[in-house]
Amino acid sequence: MTDLLRLPLHDLHVELGAKMVPFAGYDMPVQYSAGVMKEHQHTRTRAGLFDVSHMGQVVLRGDGYEQVARAVEALVPVNVMGLGENRQRYGFFTNDDGGIEDDLMLANRGDHLFVVVNAACKDGDIALMRAGLGPEISVDVIDDRALLALQGPEAEAVLAGLNSGVCDMRFMDVATLELDGAACWVSRSGYTGEDGFEISAPSEAAEALARRLLDHEAVAPIGLGARDSLRLEAGLCLYGHDIDTATSPVEAGLTWAIQKVRRSGGARAGGFPGASRILQELEEGASRLRVGLLPQGRAPMREGVELFAADEGGEPVGRITSGSFGPTVGGPVAMGYLPVELAAPGTTVFGELRGKRQPVEVAQMPFVPANFKR
Amino acid sequence: MKFTEDHEWLRAEDGLVVVGITEHASSQLGDVVFVELPEIDTKVAKGDEIVVIESVKAASDISAPLDGEIVEVNAAIVDEPGKVNEDPLGDAWFFKMKIDDMSALDDYMDEDAYKAFVG
Repeated sequence: MTDLLRLPLHDLHVELGAKMVPFAGYDMPVQYSAGVMKEHQHTRTRAGLFDVSHMGQVVLRGDGYEQVARAVEALVPVNVMGLGENRQRYGFFTNDDGGIEDDLMLANRGDHLFVVVNAACKDGDIALMRAGLGPEISVDVIDDRALLALQGPEAEAVLAGLNSGVCDMRFMDVATLELDGAACWVSRSGYTGEDGFEISAPSEAAEALARRLLDHEAVAPIGLGARDSLRLEAGLCLYGHDIDTATSPVEAGLTWAIQKVRRSGGARAGGFPGASRILQELEEGASRLRVGLLPQGRAPMREGVELFAADEGGEPVGRITSGSFGPTVGGPVAMGYLPVELAAPGTTVFGELRGKRQPVEVAQMPFVPANFKR
Repeated sequence: MKFTEDHEWLRAEDGLVVVGITEHASSQLGDVVFVELPEIDTKVAKGDEIVVIESVKAASDISAPLDGEIVEVNAAIVDEPGKVNEDPLGDAWFFKMKIDDMSALDDYMDEDAYKAFVG
Protein backbone atom coordinates (compact mmCIF):
# COMPACT_ATOMS: atom_id res chain seq x y z
CA MET A 1 0.00 0.00 0.00
CA THR A 2 1.34 3.42 -0.90
CA ASP A 3 1.65 5.89 1.94
CA LEU A 4 -1.43 7.97 2.51
CA LEU A 5 -0.92 11.71 2.59
CA ARG A 6 -1.87 13.45 5.81
CA LEU A 7 -3.58 16.83 5.93
CA PRO A 8 -3.13 19.64 8.47
CA LEU A 9 -6.12 18.59 10.59
CA HIS A 10 -5.25 14.88 10.72
CA ASP A 11 -4.49 14.78 14.45
CA LEU A 12 -7.65 16.72 15.26
CA HIS A 13 -9.77 14.18 13.36
CA VAL A 14 -8.20 11.30 15.25
CA GLU A 15 -8.71 13.14 18.54
CA LEU A 16 -12.38 13.66 17.62
CA GLY A 17 -12.82 9.91 17.13
CA ALA A 18 -12.93 9.89 13.35
CA LYS A 19 -12.83 6.69 11.39
CA MET A 20 -10.09 7.43 8.88
CA VAL A 21 -10.16 5.92 5.38
CA PRO A 22 -8.08 6.32 2.23
CA PHE A 23 -9.65 8.75 -0.22
CA ALA A 24 -7.91 10.07 -3.34
CA GLY A 25 -4.56 9.22 -1.76
CA TYR A 26 -5.30 11.01 1.52
CA ASP A 27 -6.13 9.68 4.95
CA MET A 28 -9.57 11.23 5.45
CA PRO A 29 -12.34 11.16 8.08
CA VAL A 30 -15.32 9.21 6.70
CA GLN A 31 -17.34 9.61 9.89
CA TYR A 32 -17.01 10.53 13.54
CA SER A 33 -18.58 8.77 16.52
CA ALA A 34 -22.05 10.22 15.83
CA GLY A 35 -22.27 8.30 12.55
CA VAL A 36 -23.36 9.27 9.05
CA MET A 37 -27.07 9.63 9.78
CA LYS A 38 -26.70 11.96 12.78
CA GLU A 39 -23.95 13.94 11.05
CA HIS A 40 -26.19 14.41 8.03
CA GLN A 41 -29.14 15.56 10.14
CA HIS A 42 -26.93 17.86 12.18
CA THR A 43 -25.76 19.63 9.02
CA ARG A 44 -29.35 20.07 7.79
CA THR A 45 -30.58 21.46 11.12
CA ARG A 46 -27.56 23.17 12.73
CA ALA A 47 -24.02 23.48 11.33
CA GLY A 48 -21.45 20.92 10.21
CA LEU A 49 -17.70 21.42 9.85
CA PHE A 50 -16.04 19.52 7.00
CA ASP A 51 -12.32 19.22 6.27
CA VAL A 52 -11.92 19.22 2.51
CA SER A 53 -8.24 20.09 2.48
CA HIS A 54 -7.61 17.25 0.03
CA MET A 55 -9.16 19.34 -2.73
CA GLY A 56 -6.87 21.23 -5.08
CA GLN A 57 -6.52 24.97 -4.60
CA VAL A 58 -4.89 26.83 -7.47
CA VAL A 59 -4.24 30.51 -8.12
CA LEU A 60 -4.05 31.66 -11.73
CA ARG A 61 -2.33 34.95 -12.45
CA GLY A 62 -1.50 36.94 -15.54
CA ASP A 63 -1.53 40.57 -16.53
CA GLY A 64 -4.78 41.24 -14.70
CA TYR A 65 -7.98 39.25 -14.25
CA GLU A 66 -9.19 39.74 -17.81
CA GLN A 67 -6.16 38.07 -19.34
CA VAL A 68 -6.48 35.11 -17.00
CA ALA A 69 -10.21 34.81 -17.60
CA ARG A 70 -9.76 34.92 -21.36
CA ALA A 71 -7.20 32.11 -21.18
CA VAL A 72 -9.38 29.98 -18.88
CA GLU A 73 -12.33 30.32 -21.26
CA ALA A 74 -10.32 28.16 -23.70
CA LEU A 75 -10.68 25.28 -21.21
CA VAL A 76 -14.22 25.74 -19.83
CA PRO A 77 -17.57 26.54 -21.50
CA VAL A 78 -18.23 29.14 -18.82
CA ASN A 79 -18.47 32.93 -18.85
CA VAL A 80 -15.32 33.57 -16.83
CA MET A 81 -14.65 37.04 -18.25
CA GLY A 82 -18.07 38.21 -17.16
CA LEU A 83 -17.66 36.93 -13.61
CA GLY A 84 -17.89 39.91 -11.27
CA GLU A 85 -15.13 40.77 -8.84
CA ASN A 86 -15.50 38.79 -5.60
CA ARG A 87 -17.93 36.38 -7.24
CA GLN A 88 -17.63 32.65 -7.74
CA ARG A 89 -19.09 30.39 -10.39
CA TYR A 90 -19.33 26.62 -11.01
CA GLY A 91 -17.74 25.20 -14.15
CA PHE A 92 -16.03 22.21 -15.69
CA PHE A 93 -13.03 21.41 -17.84
CA THR A 94 -14.23 19.75 -21.04
CA ASN A 95 -12.34 17.43 -23.38
CA ASP A 96 -12.24 17.23 -27.18
CA ASP A 97 -15.07 14.68 -27.15
CA GLY A 98 -17.31 17.04 -25.19
CA GLY A 99 -16.91 15.02 -22.00
CA ILE A 100 -16.01 16.42 -18.60
CA GLU A 101 -12.42 16.22 -17.30
CA ASP A 102 -13.36 17.65 -13.89
CA ASP A 103 -15.78 20.08 -12.33
CA LEU A 104 -14.52 23.06 -10.37
CA MET A 105 -15.24 26.38 -8.72
CA LEU A 106 -13.85 29.58 -10.27
CA ALA A 107 -13.58 32.77 -8.21
CA ASN A 108 -12.71 36.27 -9.41
CA ARG A 109 -10.48 37.56 -6.62
CA GLY A 110 -9.68 40.93 -8.20
CA ASP A 111 -6.24 40.55 -9.70
CA HIS A 112 -6.32 36.76 -9.99
CA LEU A 113 -8.55 33.74 -10.46
CA PHE A 114 -8.82 31.20 -7.65
CA VAL A 115 -9.96 27.71 -8.59
CA VAL A 116 -10.83 24.70 -6.47
CA VAL A 117 -10.72 21.28 -8.13
CA ASN A 118 -11.41 17.70 -7.05
CA ALA A 119 -8.72 15.87 -5.11
CA ALA A 120 -8.69 12.84 -7.40
CA CYS A 121 -8.30 15.02 -10.51
CA LYS A 122 -5.97 17.72 -9.29
CA ASP A 123 -2.75 16.48 -10.85
CA GLY A 124 -4.48 16.13 -14.21
CA ASP A 125 -6.17 19.51 -13.86
CA ILE A 126 -2.90 21.23 -13.03
CA ALA A 127 -1.23 19.66 -16.05
CA LEU A 128 -4.22 20.61 -18.19
CA MET A 129 -4.05 24.23 -17.02
CA ARG A 130 -0.26 24.46 -17.42
CA ALA A 131 -0.53 23.10 -20.96
CA GLY A 132 -3.67 24.96 -21.95
CA LEU A 133 -3.40 28.44 -20.48
CA GLY A 134 -0.26 29.57 -22.30
CA PRO A 135 3.00 30.99 -21.00
CA GLU A 136 1.53 34.32 -19.85
CA ILE A 137 -0.54 32.66 -17.12
CA SER A 138 1.09 31.33 -13.97
CA VAL A 139 -0.46 28.26 -12.35
CA ASP A 140 0.36 28.31 -8.65
CA VAL A 141 -0.67 25.28 -6.64
CA ILE A 142 -1.58 26.35 -3.13
CA ASP A 143 -0.22 23.67 -0.83
CA ASP A 144 0.06 25.72 2.34
CA ARG A 145 -3.63 26.24 2.96
CA ALA A 146 -6.28 23.95 4.40
CA LEU A 147 -9.86 24.04 3.14
CA LEU A 148 -12.78 23.85 5.55
CA ALA A 149 -16.50 23.98 4.88
CA LEU A 150 -19.02 25.17 7.45
CA GLN A 151 -22.48 24.20 6.26
CA GLY A 152 -26.01 24.40 7.59
CA PRO A 153 -28.67 26.89 8.70
CA GLU A 154 -26.58 28.09 11.67
CA ALA A 155 -23.36 28.46 9.69
CA GLU A 156 -23.78 32.22 9.23
CA ALA A 157 -24.45 32.89 12.91
CA VAL A 158 -21.47 30.77 13.95
CA LEU A 159 -19.03 32.36 11.52
CA ALA A 160 -20.37 35.84 12.27
CA GLY A 161 -19.10 35.29 15.81
CA LEU A 162 -15.58 35.37 14.32
CA ASN A 163 -16.16 38.07 11.71
CA SER A 164 -19.48 39.82 11.14
CA GLY A 165 -18.40 40.52 7.56
CA VAL A 166 -19.74 37.13 6.55
CA CYS A 167 -23.29 38.43 6.96
CA ASP A 168 -22.78 40.79 4.01
CA MET A 169 -21.96 37.91 1.68
CA ARG A 170 -24.61 36.27 -0.45
CA PHE A 171 -24.55 32.92 -2.22
CA MET A 172 -21.38 32.59 -4.35
CA ASP A 173 -19.73 35.77 -3.02
CA VAL A 174 -16.04 35.52 -2.12
CA ALA A 175 -14.04 37.69 0.29
CA THR A 176 -10.77 37.74 2.20
CA LEU A 177 -11.72 37.90 5.86
CA GLU A 178 -9.78 37.64 9.08
CA LEU A 179 -10.99 34.64 11.06
CA ASP A 180 -9.36 33.83 14.39
CA GLY A 181 -6.42 36.05 13.43
CA ALA A 182 -5.75 34.44 10.06
CA ALA A 183 -6.43 35.86 6.60
CA CYS A 184 -8.93 33.43 5.09
CA TRP A 185 -10.35 33.20 1.58
CA VAL A 186 -14.03 32.72 2.22
CA SER A 187 -16.80 31.87 -0.23
CA ARG A 188 -20.49 31.53 0.53
CA SER A 189 -20.97 28.14 -1.10
CA GLY A 190 -20.77 24.45 -0.43
CA TYR A 191 -21.72 20.92 -1.41
CA THR A 192 -24.68 20.15 0.81
CA GLY A 193 -27.62 22.19 -0.53
CA GLU A 194 -27.48 24.22 2.68
CA ASP A 195 -26.33 27.76 3.24
CA GLY A 196 -22.72 27.86 4.32
CA PHE A 197 -19.15 28.84 3.70
CA GLU A 198 -15.99 27.35 2.30
CA ILE A 199 -12.88 28.67 4.02
CA SER A 200 -9.34 28.47 2.71
CA ALA A 201 -7.15 29.03 5.77
CA PRO A 202 -3.36 29.05 6.17
CA SER A 203 -2.33 25.51 7.21
CA GLU A 204 -0.69 26.67 10.42
CA ALA A 205 -3.88 28.47 11.51
CA ALA A 206 -6.38 25.82 10.40
CA GLU A 207 -6.44 23.66 13.52
CA ALA A 208 -7.01 26.59 15.87
CA LEU A 209 -9.76 27.88 13.59
CA ALA A 210 -11.39 24.46 13.37
CA ARG A 211 -11.28 24.07 17.16
CA ARG A 212 -12.79 27.50 17.63
CA LEU A 213 -15.65 26.64 15.27
CA LEU A 214 -16.16 23.25 16.95
CA ASP A 215 -16.29 24.97 20.34
CA HIS A 216 -19.61 26.47 19.26
CA GLU A 217 -22.44 24.28 20.50
CA ALA A 218 -24.15 24.38 17.09
CA VAL A 219 -21.17 22.88 15.28
CA ALA A 220 -20.26 19.19 14.89
CA PRO A 221 -17.51 17.63 12.77
CA ILE A 222 -18.88 15.89 9.67
CA GLY A 223 -17.13 13.19 7.65
CA LEU A 224 -17.06 12.29 3.99
CA GLY A 225 -19.92 9.80 4.45
CA ALA A 226 -22.45 12.49 5.30
CA ARG A 227 -20.88 14.83 2.76
CA ASP A 228 -21.88 12.29 0.12
CA SER A 229 -25.47 11.77 1.33
CA LEU A 230 -25.94 15.55 1.69
CA ARG A 231 -24.75 16.31 -1.83
CA LEU A 232 -26.81 13.45 -3.25
CA GLU A 233 -30.01 14.79 -1.67
CA ALA A 234 -29.03 18.22 -3.03
CA GLY A 235 -28.81 16.72 -6.54
CA LEU A 236 -25.14 17.68 -6.91
CA CYS A 237 -22.82 15.63 -9.12
CA LEU A 238 -19.86 13.67 -7.81
CA TYR A 239 -17.08 13.66 -10.38
CA GLY A 240 -16.02 10.18 -11.49
CA HIS A 241 -19.50 8.85 -10.72
CA ASP A 242 -22.29 11.12 -12.00
CA ILE A 243 -20.08 12.89 -14.51
CA ASP A 244 -16.87 11.76 -16.18
CA THR A 245 -14.81 12.02 -19.34
CA ALA A 246 -17.60 10.34 -21.34
CA THR A 247 -20.56 12.41 -20.13
CA SER A 248 -21.29 15.77 -21.72
CA PRO A 249 -22.52 18.73 -19.66
CA VAL A 250 -25.81 18.62 -21.59
CA GLU A 251 -26.36 14.95 -20.75
CA ALA A 252 -25.49 15.74 -17.15
CA GLY A 253 -28.11 18.50 -16.96
CA LEU A 254 -25.47 21.13 -16.29
CA THR A 255 -26.53 23.49 -19.10
CA TRP A 256 -27.32 26.18 -16.51
CA ALA A 257 -23.56 26.50 -16.01
CA ILE A 258 -22.98 27.34 -19.71
CA GLN A 259 -23.90 30.99 -20.04
CA LYS A 260 -25.42 32.45 -23.24
CA VAL A 261 -22.25 34.27 -24.19
CA ARG A 262 -20.50 30.91 -24.73
CA ARG A 263 -23.36 29.34 -26.70
CA SER A 264 -24.08 29.58 -30.42
CA GLY A 265 -24.88 33.19 -31.25
CA GLY A 266 -23.09 34.47 -28.14
CA ALA A 267 -20.24 36.99 -28.33
CA ARG A 268 -17.69 34.35 -27.27
CA ALA A 269 -19.47 31.24 -28.53
CA GLY A 270 -17.48 28.02 -28.48
CA GLY A 271 -13.72 28.12 -28.21
CA PHE A 272 -13.55 25.38 -25.54
CA PRO A 273 -12.68 21.69 -25.98
CA GLY A 274 -15.55 19.65 -27.38
CA ALA A 275 -17.50 22.77 -28.39
CA SER A 276 -18.93 21.20 -31.54
CA ARG A 277 -20.67 18.40 -29.62
CA ILE A 278 -21.68 20.54 -26.66
CA LEU A 279 -23.08 23.40 -28.76
CA GLN A 280 -24.97 20.94 -30.95
CA GLU A 281 -26.45 19.19 -27.91
CA LEU A 282 -27.45 22.56 -26.47
CA GLU A 283 -29.43 23.19 -29.67
CA GLU A 284 -30.83 19.73 -30.28
CA GLY A 285 -30.77 18.08 -26.87
CA ALA A 286 -28.84 15.01 -25.78
CA SER A 287 -30.09 11.46 -26.27
CA ARG A 288 -29.71 10.58 -22.57
CA LEU A 289 -30.00 12.68 -19.43
CA ARG A 290 -28.97 12.58 -15.81
CA VAL A 291 -32.11 12.26 -13.70
CA GLY A 292 -33.12 12.06 -10.08
CA LEU A 293 -34.45 8.64 -9.08
CA LEU A 294 -36.60 7.54 -6.17
CA PRO A 295 -36.48 3.76 -5.74
CA GLN A 296 -39.94 2.72 -4.60
CA GLY A 297 -39.75 0.59 -1.51
CA ARG A 298 -37.06 0.88 1.10
CA ALA A 299 -33.99 -0.80 -0.33
CA PRO A 300 -31.28 1.65 -1.41
CA MET A 301 -30.11 1.31 -5.01
CA ARG A 302 -26.46 2.14 -5.34
CA GLU A 303 -24.03 3.02 -8.11
CA GLY A 304 -23.99 0.38 -10.83
CA VAL A 305 -27.61 -0.79 -10.53
CA GLU A 306 -28.94 -1.27 -14.06
CA LEU A 307 -32.21 0.34 -15.10
CA PHE A 308 -34.81 -1.25 -17.38
CA ALA A 309 -37.89 0.10 -19.14
CA ALA A 310 -40.08 -2.83 -18.07
CA ASP A 311 -40.36 -5.14 -15.09
CA GLU A 312 -39.10 -8.05 -17.18
CA GLY A 313 -37.15 -8.66 -20.37
CA GLY A 314 -35.24 -6.22 -22.51
CA GLU A 315 -31.75 -4.78 -22.29
CA PRO A 316 -30.74 -2.19 -19.68
CA VAL A 317 -31.67 1.37 -20.73
CA GLY A 318 -29.62 3.13 -18.10
CA ARG A 319 -27.62 2.89 -14.92
CA ILE A 320 -27.53 4.41 -11.45
CA THR A 321 -24.42 6.54 -10.92
CA SER A 322 -24.97 7.49 -7.25
CA GLY A 323 -27.43 6.09 -4.79
CA SER A 324 -27.91 5.70 -1.08
CA PHE A 325 -30.37 6.20 1.70
CA GLY A 326 -31.30 9.87 2.05
CA PRO A 327 -31.53 10.62 5.76
CA THR A 328 -33.56 13.82 5.26
CA VAL A 329 -35.80 12.27 2.58
CA GLY A 330 -36.22 9.25 4.85
CA GLY A 331 -35.85 6.77 2.01
CA PRO A 332 -33.61 5.73 -0.83
CA VAL A 333 -32.50 8.37 -3.34
CA ALA A 334 -30.36 8.02 -6.44
CA MET A 335 -29.32 9.60 -9.67
CA GLY A 336 -28.44 8.05 -12.97
CA TYR A 337 -28.75 8.26 -16.72
CA LEU A 338 -31.80 7.41 -18.82
CA PRO A 339 -32.76 7.85 -22.48
CA VAL A 340 -34.48 11.21 -22.94
CA GLU A 341 -37.85 9.54 -23.65
CA LEU A 342 -37.76 7.95 -20.17
CA ALA A 343 -36.31 10.97 -18.37
CA ALA A 344 -39.46 12.95 -17.55
CA PRO A 345 -40.28 13.21 -13.84
CA GLY A 346 -43.03 10.77 -12.93
CA THR A 347 -41.83 8.09 -15.36
CA THR A 348 -41.48 4.64 -13.81
CA VAL A 349 -38.47 2.52 -14.70
CA PHE A 350 -37.11 -0.59 -12.97
CA GLY A 351 -33.85 -1.13 -11.17
CA GLU A 352 -32.47 -4.64 -10.85
CA LEU A 353 -31.52 -5.37 -7.27
CA ARG A 354 -30.27 -8.83 -6.27
CA GLY A 355 -31.89 -10.30 -9.38
CA LYS A 356 -35.29 -8.69 -8.83
CA ARG A 357 -36.61 -5.66 -10.67
CA GLN A 358 -38.07 -2.98 -8.44
CA PRO A 359 -39.90 0.16 -9.59
CA VAL A 360 -37.98 3.44 -9.56
CA GLU A 361 -39.64 6.78 -10.17
CA VAL A 362 -37.89 9.55 -12.10
CA ALA A 363 -37.99 12.62 -9.85
CA GLN A 364 -37.06 16.28 -9.85
CA MET A 365 -33.83 17.21 -8.13
CA PRO A 366 -32.90 18.46 -5.63
CA PHE A 367 -34.60 15.91 -3.39
CA VAL A 368 -34.36 18.40 -0.54
CA PRO A 369 -35.00 22.11 -1.29
CA ALA A 370 -31.85 24.21 -1.45
CA ASN A 371 -31.42 26.61 1.42
CA PHE A 372 -29.06 29.23 -0.04
CA LYS A 373 -28.90 32.91 0.91
CA ARG A 374 -29.34 34.49 -2.52
CA MET B 1 -24.75 -17.43 23.50
CA LYS B 2 -22.52 -18.49 20.61
CA PHE B 3 -20.86 -16.40 17.94
CA THR B 4 -19.84 -16.94 14.30
CA GLU B 5 -16.88 -15.49 12.46
CA ASP B 6 -19.47 -13.55 10.42
CA HIS B 7 -20.43 -11.67 13.59
CA GLU B 8 -23.75 -13.38 14.13
CA TRP B 9 -24.89 -14.43 17.59
CA LEU B 10 -26.86 -17.63 18.16
CA ARG B 11 -28.96 -18.35 21.22
CA ALA B 12 -30.84 -21.55 22.02
CA GLU B 13 -34.37 -20.75 23.13
CA ASP B 14 -37.40 -23.07 23.41
CA GLY B 15 -35.81 -25.67 21.16
CA LEU B 16 -35.07 -23.08 18.46
CA VAL B 17 -31.99 -21.06 17.55
CA VAL B 18 -32.43 -17.28 17.63
CA VAL B 19 -30.00 -15.42 15.35
CA GLY B 20 -28.93 -11.79 15.32
CA ILE B 21 -25.82 -9.71 14.71
CA THR B 22 -23.29 -8.56 17.28
CA GLU B 23 -22.65 -5.07 18.61
CA HIS B 24 -19.36 -5.17 16.75
CA ALA B 25 -21.14 -5.91 13.46
CA SER B 26 -23.79 -3.27 14.02
CA SER B 27 -21.24 -0.58 14.79
CA GLN B 28 -19.11 -1.58 11.80
CA LEU B 29 -22.15 -1.39 9.53
CA GLY B 30 -23.17 2.04 10.77
CA ASP B 31 -26.75 3.27 10.60
CA VAL B 32 -28.90 0.41 9.31
CA VAL B 33 -31.59 1.64 6.92
CA PHE B 34 -32.96 -1.53 5.32
CA VAL B 35 -33.38 -5.16 6.30
CA GLU B 36 -34.75 -7.95 4.13
CA LEU B 37 -35.54 -11.17 5.99
CA PRO B 38 -36.14 -14.68 4.63
CA GLU B 39 -39.63 -16.12 4.20
CA ILE B 40 -40.99 -18.20 7.02
CA ASP B 41 -40.90 -21.98 6.44
CA THR B 42 -37.88 -21.67 4.14
CA LYS B 43 -35.41 -24.54 4.36
CA VAL B 44 -31.89 -23.13 4.41
CA ALA B 45 -28.41 -24.60 4.20
CA LYS B 46 -25.47 -23.33 6.22
CA GLY B 47 -23.83 -20.51 4.24
CA ASP B 48 -26.94 -19.52 2.24
CA GLU B 49 -27.26 -15.74 2.08
CA ILE B 50 -30.68 -15.24 3.59
CA VAL B 51 -30.69 -11.69 4.99
CA VAL B 52 -29.85 -8.43 3.23
CA ILE B 53 -28.85 -5.61 5.50
CA GLU B 54 -28.10 -2.14 4.19
CA SER B 55 -26.57 0.73 6.08
CA VAL B 56 -26.16 4.27 4.81
CA LYS B 57 -22.73 3.15 3.66
CA ALA B 58 -23.13 -0.25 2.06
CA ALA B 59 -25.05 -3.48 1.58
CA SER B 60 -24.08 -6.72 3.28
CA ASP B 61 -25.46 -10.22 3.52
CA ILE B 62 -26.03 -12.44 6.47
CA SER B 63 -25.82 -16.16 5.86
CA ALA B 64 -27.55 -19.03 7.55
CA PRO B 65 -25.26 -20.22 10.36
CA LEU B 66 -26.67 -23.78 10.29
CA ASP B 67 -28.78 -26.10 8.18
CA GLY B 68 -32.42 -25.82 9.18
CA GLU B 69 -35.77 -24.17 8.67
CA ILE B 70 -36.76 -20.56 9.27
CA VAL B 71 -39.75 -20.57 11.61
CA GLU B 72 -40.06 -16.96 12.67
CA VAL B 73 -38.68 -13.59 11.56
CA ASN B 74 -38.56 -10.23 13.36
CA ALA B 75 -40.79 -7.89 11.34
CA ALA B 76 -40.02 -5.06 13.78
CA ILE B 77 -36.53 -4.58 12.33
CA VAL B 78 -37.97 -4.40 8.81
CA ASP B 79 -40.27 -1.60 9.94
CA GLU B 80 -37.58 0.10 12.02
CA PRO B 81 -34.12 -0.90 10.77
CA GLY B 82 -32.52 1.52 13.26
CA LYS B 83 -33.32 -0.98 16.05
CA VAL B 84 -30.41 -3.06 14.75
CA ASN B 85 -28.07 -0.31 15.95
CA GLU B 86 -29.95 0.34 19.18
CA ASP B 87 -30.34 -3.17 20.54
CA PRO B 88 -28.55 -5.72 18.35
CA LEU B 89 -28.30 -8.35 21.10
CA GLY B 90 -31.88 -8.03 22.28
CA ASP B 91 -34.97 -6.68 20.53
CA ALA B 92 -33.28 -6.64 17.13
CA TRP B 93 -32.95 -10.39 16.62
CA PHE B 94 -33.28 -11.40 12.95
CA PHE B 95 -34.84 -14.86 12.71
CA LYS B 96 -35.47 -18.10 14.58
CA MET B 97 -34.60 -21.42 13.04
CA LYS B 98 -35.37 -25.03 13.78
CA ILE B 99 -32.38 -27.34 13.48
CA ASP B 100 -32.08 -31.08 13.74
CA ASP B 101 -29.26 -31.25 16.19
CA MET B 102 -28.75 -28.48 18.73
CA SER B 103 -25.23 -29.74 19.39
CA ALA B 104 -24.23 -28.09 16.09
CA LEU B 105 -24.12 -24.86 18.12
CA ASP B 106 -21.09 -26.18 19.95
CA ASP B 107 -18.95 -25.65 16.85
CA TYR B 108 -19.19 -21.89 17.33
CA MET B 109 -17.23 -19.52 19.56
CA ASP B 110 -18.28 -18.67 23.07
CA GLU B 111 -18.26 -15.06 24.24
CA ASP B 112 -14.62 -15.03 25.36
CA ALA B 113 -13.45 -16.59 22.11
CA TYR B 114 -15.50 -14.09 20.11
CA LYS B 115 -14.10 -11.16 22.09
CA ALA B 116 -10.61 -12.42 21.33
CA PHE B 117 -11.59 -12.87 17.67
CA VAL B 118 -12.71 -9.25 17.20
CA GLY B 119 -9.79 -8.03 19.26
